[in-house]
Amino acid sequence: MSDLSYIKRPNRPLQIYAILFLVVLYLPVLFIPLFSFNDSVYVKFPLTGLTTKWYVELWSREPVWNALWNSVKVGAAVAVISTILGVIAARAITRYRLPGKNVLVTFIMMPLVIPGIIFGVALLILMSRLGVPLSLFTVTLGHLIVCLPFAVATLLPRFEGFDKSMEEASADLGENGWWTFWRVTMPMVFPGIVASLLLSFTISFDEFIMAFFLTGTDPTLPMYIWGQLRFPQEFPSILALSALILFVSFFVVFVAQYFGRRGLESEQ
Amino acid sequence: MTHADAFISIDRVSKFFGAFQAVDEISIDIGKGEFFSLLGASGCGKTTLLRMLAGFESTTKGEIYIDGQPMSDVPPHHRPVNMVFQSYAIFPHLSVADNIAYGLRKKKLPRAKRREMVDEMLELIKLPGYGDRKATQLSGGQRQRIALARALILRPKVLLLDEPLGALDKQLREQMQLELRALQRQVGITFVFVTHDQEEALTLSDRIAVMAGGKVLQVDTPEGLYESPKTRAVASFIGNMNFFPATVRRNGAASAAIEAEGLGTFPMPIENITQPDGAPVQVALRPEKFSLTPEKPDTAHAVAGKVCEAAYLGERSHFHVAIEGKETPIAVSTPNQSRGGREAREQGIGAQVWLSWSPESVVILQGD
Repeated sequence: MSDLSYIKRPNRPLQIYAILFLVVLYLPVLFIPLFSFNDSVYVKFPLTGLTTKWYVELWSREPVWNALWNSVKVGAAVAVISTILGVIAARAITRYRLPGKNVLVTFIMMPLVIPGIIFGVALLILMSRLGVPLSLFTVTLGHLIVCLPFAVATLLPRFEGFDKSMEEASADLGENGWWTFWRVTMPMVFPGIVASLLLSFTISFDEFIMAFFLTGTDPTLPMYIWGQLRFPQEFPSILALSALILFVSFFVVFVAQYFGRRGLESEQ
Repeated sequence: MTHADAFISIDRVSKFFGAFQAVDEISIDIGKGEFFSLLGASGCGKTTLLRMLAGFESTTKGEIYIDGQPMSDVPPHHRPVNMVFQSYAIFPHLSVADNIAYGLRKKKLPRAKRREMVDEMLELIKLPGYGDRKATQLSGGQRQRIALARALILRPKVLLLDEPLGALDKQLREQMQLELRALQRQVGITFVFVTHDQEEALTLSDRIAVMAGGKVLQVDTPEGLYESPKTRAVASFIGNMNFFPATVRRNGAASAAIEAEGLGTFPMPIENITQPDGAPVQVALRPEKFSLTPEKPDTAHAVAGKVCEAAYLGERSHFHVAIEGKETPIAVSTPNQSRGGREAREQGIGAQVWLSWSPESVVILQGD
């Protein structure tokens, strides 16, 4: 018998379950990069040969670059606005005696569980009633609703995690609210802000349903991909594009997680 | 301390949190350069009062004056006070030097002058050369000193301290108590110190306000509180105390006696008695005010008893002595130079002893 404690002993069935779980979750996704290097327009086995021509073709295609630029613009705007709103919300929730605080938090988090299609239709109706033409601005608005709960959820633990008397100490040492925010609050929640920016950007960048309802004439990248699915000969290029998005998203989310966690650990 | 020459004047201040009254019409005057403590159990309102001095809580009623100025409309960042927080609130993202210099931004000092002031402070708190360390690399005692330096560098009129020694272990705490007292004498700033530790308050303070339930029970010097408590609550909160229900017996205008449960009737100097004949009072006697002897001493202020508990504490011995006519045994504490104490201990539990006291040590408290 090993000298490991009961809770630390390796558990064979659980290990197998964990591996199965990851395989079922990620195997279908892995087909995308796999076929993006396949030398055939048809997505089927057996693979016919290794090629990077779909990536090269992608490089020279103007509409892809336009769509990418649209997505980056929307993503950046959404990231900045939702993080600012998130900081304000998180600070209010953690610092003030608010009546009905729990209800408020629930409502802020609600878009996580309300189907995007409902929000999408609702916003579409609202925009057309108000006579606002669909554009990247309307997409940004839709994405804000989707991203705000994530921003708040990322920032709340940061604000909860730091001692309220830090801000009082700053006031006590002669700084008003504005300077206290920049000299104490901001540096202390900074890792959370970075995490929130990256996470909001990624979610906006990949978002489809809101964009589907709210895009005008300028497509975002997911909208462009959706549009190209009608043309079979374009499909391998779309796979290449999807593979790229996949890797970039993974990377950004890992960085966001890293920042979020590093911030919390340095507190302890 | 008279009201006129008070440096800090807390004038009938009340604080409500919703329907809960945390501070109830408190009036205290604190002198310039005084080391003043607010002492009480948790929830007695002492921290709320301190936070009102700092400006973090508003006063519901009443006014606080510091150096003659009313403070109600002055926000925390404009008050001439600085605070040492219970958690120290050292900024973790700044170095030790930047922490200490935090409040100097608005003074717009040249860099060299700032450095000089910070180094001076590091010298004062006995941490020279620590300026470049990260705040996260400090021990509890060091953080406490940094918090002190950060507040003192601004030369406040008043330094507020919210249980600053509570998080330290016993040995470090005792060392910091001495240092704090020495520092206060050195800088000459008025200290207002909040603590629940009566021993700490007695060691450090010029005067102490004992608080309970949002009210001040008594404001006095440590000696005054210990030797002449005014109420039973103060008497039992500071140190140990034996209480005896008693009745005043006046024999005309010339002499008086006290008839106390278990102690019998003994004469008291008439000037110590303000109550009328037959008034119910409490007689209070500290454990160390008793002498313990094996034979009957030559005094009227003595009673026979039986040792029911004995504990040897090195420099002192503690006894519980049961006497006739009193249900709870009397706590007695004797220094271990006394032959009687040693003998009683040697005879052990069950030994017959005599307890005696001097009438000057007796405290007469109102009520039953």
